[in-house]
Amino acid sequence: MYTADTAAHHDHAHGAPRGIMRWLTSTNHKDIGTLYLWFSLFMFFFAGALAMLIRAELFQPGLQLFQPAVFNQLTTMHGLIMIFGAIMPSLVGFANWQVPLMIGASDMAFPRLNNWSFWLLPAAGLLLIATFFVPGGAIAGGWTMYPPLYIQGGVAYDMSILAIHILGISSIMGAINIIVTILNLRAPGMTLMKMPLFVWTWLITAFLLVAVMPVLACAITMLLTDRHFGTHFFDAAGGGDAVMFQHLFWFFGHPEVYIMILPAFGIVSTIIPTFARKPLFGYVSMVYAVASIAFLSFIVWAHHMFTTGMPVGGQLFFMYTTMLIAIPTGVKVFNWVATLWRGSITFETPMLFALAFVFLFTIGGFSGLVLSLVPVDIQLQDTYYVVAHFHYVLFSGSAMAIMGGIYYWLPKWTGHMYDETLGKIHFWLTAIAFNITFFPMHFLGLAGMPRRIPDYALQFADFNMISSLGGFLLGASQLLFLYTVIKCVRGGAPAGNKPWDGADTLEWTQTSPPPYHSFVTPPQIKLVRGRSHANAR
Amino acid sequence: MQTHAEHDVYYVPPPSIWPLVGSVALLVLASGFVMLLHKIAAGPYVMALGIGILLVMLFGWFSTVIRESLAGKYSDQVDTSFRWGMVWFIFSEVLFFAGFFGALFYARILAVPWLADAQMLWPGFTAAWPTAGPGVKTVLTPVDAWGLPALNTLILLSSGATVTWAHWGLQKGRQFQLKLGLALTIILGALFISLQIHEYGEAAFTIRDGIYGATFYMLTGFHGFHVMLGAAMLTVIFLRALAGHFTPGRHFAFEAVAWYWHFVDVIWLMLFVFVYWL
Repeated sequence: MYTADTAAHHDHAHGAPRGIMRWLTSTNHKDIGTLYLWFSLFMFFFAGALAMLIRAELFQPGLQLFQPAVFNQLTTMHGLIMIFGAIMPSLVGFANWQVPLMIGASDMAFPRLNNWSFWLLPAAGLLLIATFFVPGGAIAGGWTMYPPLYIQGGVAYDMSILAIHILGISSIMGAINIIVTILNLRAPGMTLMKMPLFVWTWLITAFLLVAVMPVLACAITMLLTDRHFGTHFFDAAGGGDAVMFQHLFWFFGHPEVYIMILPAFGIVSTIIPTFARKPLFGYVSMVYAVASIAFLSFIVWAHHMFTTGMPVGGQLFFMYTTMLIAIPTGVKVFNWVATLWRGSITFETPMLFALAFVFLFTIGGFSGLVLSLVPVDIQLQDTYYVVAHFHYVLFSGSAMAIMGGIYYWLPKWTGHMYDETLGKIHFWLTAIAFNITFFPMHFLGLAGMPRRIPDYALQFADFNMISSLGGFLLGASQLLFLYTVIKCVRGGAPAGNKPWDGADTLEWTQTSPPPYHSFVTPPQIKLVRGRSHANAR
Repeated sequence: MQTHAEHDVYYVPPPSIWPLVGSVALLVLASGFVMLLHKIAAGPYVMALGIGILLVMLFGWFSTVIRESLAGKYSDQVDTSFRWGMVWFIFSEVLFFAGFFGALFYARILAVPWLADAQMLWPGFTAAWPTAGPGVKTVLTPVDAWGLPALNTLILLSSGATVTWAHWGLQKGRQFQLKLGLALTIILGALFISLQIHEYGEAAFTIRDGIYGATFYMLTGFHGFHVMLGAAMLTVIFLRALAGHFTPGRHFAFEAVAWYWHFVDVIWLMLFVFVYWL
């Protein structure tokens, strides 16, 4: 257990400013974390609404509601906004709230830069959403932005390139802030190998962000110059190669996948020990597993491109490296299970989400392993099997870990307990509706249904209807999530400093909600019953 | 183990308007750029407005930081944060250039030879570097590495030496050496940029001339832009040196800009070898 020997709390010269300026000009990691979380929730519902439209179109074969061009806009924007608007910002929101609290820091290392990282998001979001209203409509070439399609589009394509540039600036600055905070602002006594695992996952994630966002920036800059300034980077007539874009994009894109899952691992690794009332099993191996996954993420990118064409040696290399990822990921899954072993487990809402994560993410991981096999991938490329796979890792992986994390820390953030009954209903609805929506997609993909089409052959009709019904239920269930969160923010049973008796990280030594400025003087960290290897005898 | 008394309170700045101003600036700038690309008359003006707001933001934000620094609000721990921050920023810049170098190597080593192999598609095209590609009918005459580029290498390397000499002066409390070294560095930087512009004017090919033109101008252009940025930063540091802001013990702003300048220097060496010479 972490115990904080806190000195008497004294206020900074500035408390919480009143009114709208508190949010616009904030330099407080908690306020900025809250902004990130609300922004991502809004974007989650926006992109979720697009998903509802997609499922409505696919409810039956034949063109129902949208022309193919509009349908392509829906899938593209759903993907882009969920990734850059919902999942990533919400994880940064967690980092903002939790990293300083968990390492005993007074705030982030660069509080003003932190605020800029946030306020760039609405600017980029505005540019991105505005593309629906320009001539030609929103971008429709898929979130991966492949040329030559992406080079041929209209105004929306330029707007999205610049929006992604702004998002990139935000991500890089945010990541630098997180790295520096973790490296430089840990309380005395909190050595690297005593940090909570959530902090470790974010340190490594932030490193990935700083390393790959610039490569994305460079790739989309080349798209922009190919579009307007006559370059031939992706045009064979000028000696360029459209495949080069795919290499650059996936050099970013694959680490990006881990950017979205590693902090989720961190959240789950925090929740499971709490409700199993046991220290995390194999802390050190967890740290090394996360680092190995991050390293491997740089050398697997072309497994997204097996059908694009590459030498057999390249296919083999990327197949084997991809399979290697299963090893550190397996270490993590086994450690979570071993943490549960002989624990005094209770099943509060966060724990339900965490357990569902372990189960469902593993399914997504296995379908990923299936896709890593070159011959199988050539069969399954661009089918619904792939859609099923990445929703198992992104929704039942990242998004459900995020929801679990929200329920876990809401009492700390708001000072109120959430409604446990509503939380559990939300969990079961989500978990069941998710599987109804996405499990049939495996069958659709194996049977050959291509993705990104508004119409399909008749033999796919039944599974699509089941999937759409599940999708509508999944969407509706999230309204219950919104209601439960708002209800908790507005009031509820007092949470007390530490509502979870098994929790042992530093934030629980603070009041709920924590003071506006916590740990103004760094606490002394004493590890009584630790998660660190030194104490785990 | 340290006790509380040994720890300064980490400085958390009060609320600030500048981040929001910066976001508005980038939104206006991006919107103006989109308008410009699509030939909407207001485009350049909107862009200019965005750049104006951005400059106001940079001035306001850095003024605040400088004031706080002079007021002694930054403990050693804050100083360490700045150092780490700059290191990771330069790391991200390295990756940015790595992407463009990756494009160069990919095109030269893989894409162009593959195109030459596809005789059915491009009869008569042979893989040679530099090339404008099979579909662009220009004969490429590359810039001779041992002309202006070699001179520019000498200039930029010398500027790296002068900025280090200025740093030695600063560390030993010789303010004149600091100011002279900085002035020389800025002059050499300006000379480099002028020669680059001259080289662009003389070059027998444009950015539209196939993959060679594209990679050449993209790499040298982004590098030149970074040199300009570095020179602007050096100018601010020079003005601050004139105002006597730096002491031998405390001058991270100087060091950050010097690191950045050396980074730009190293990128140039890569450019010289892989873009101009080999």
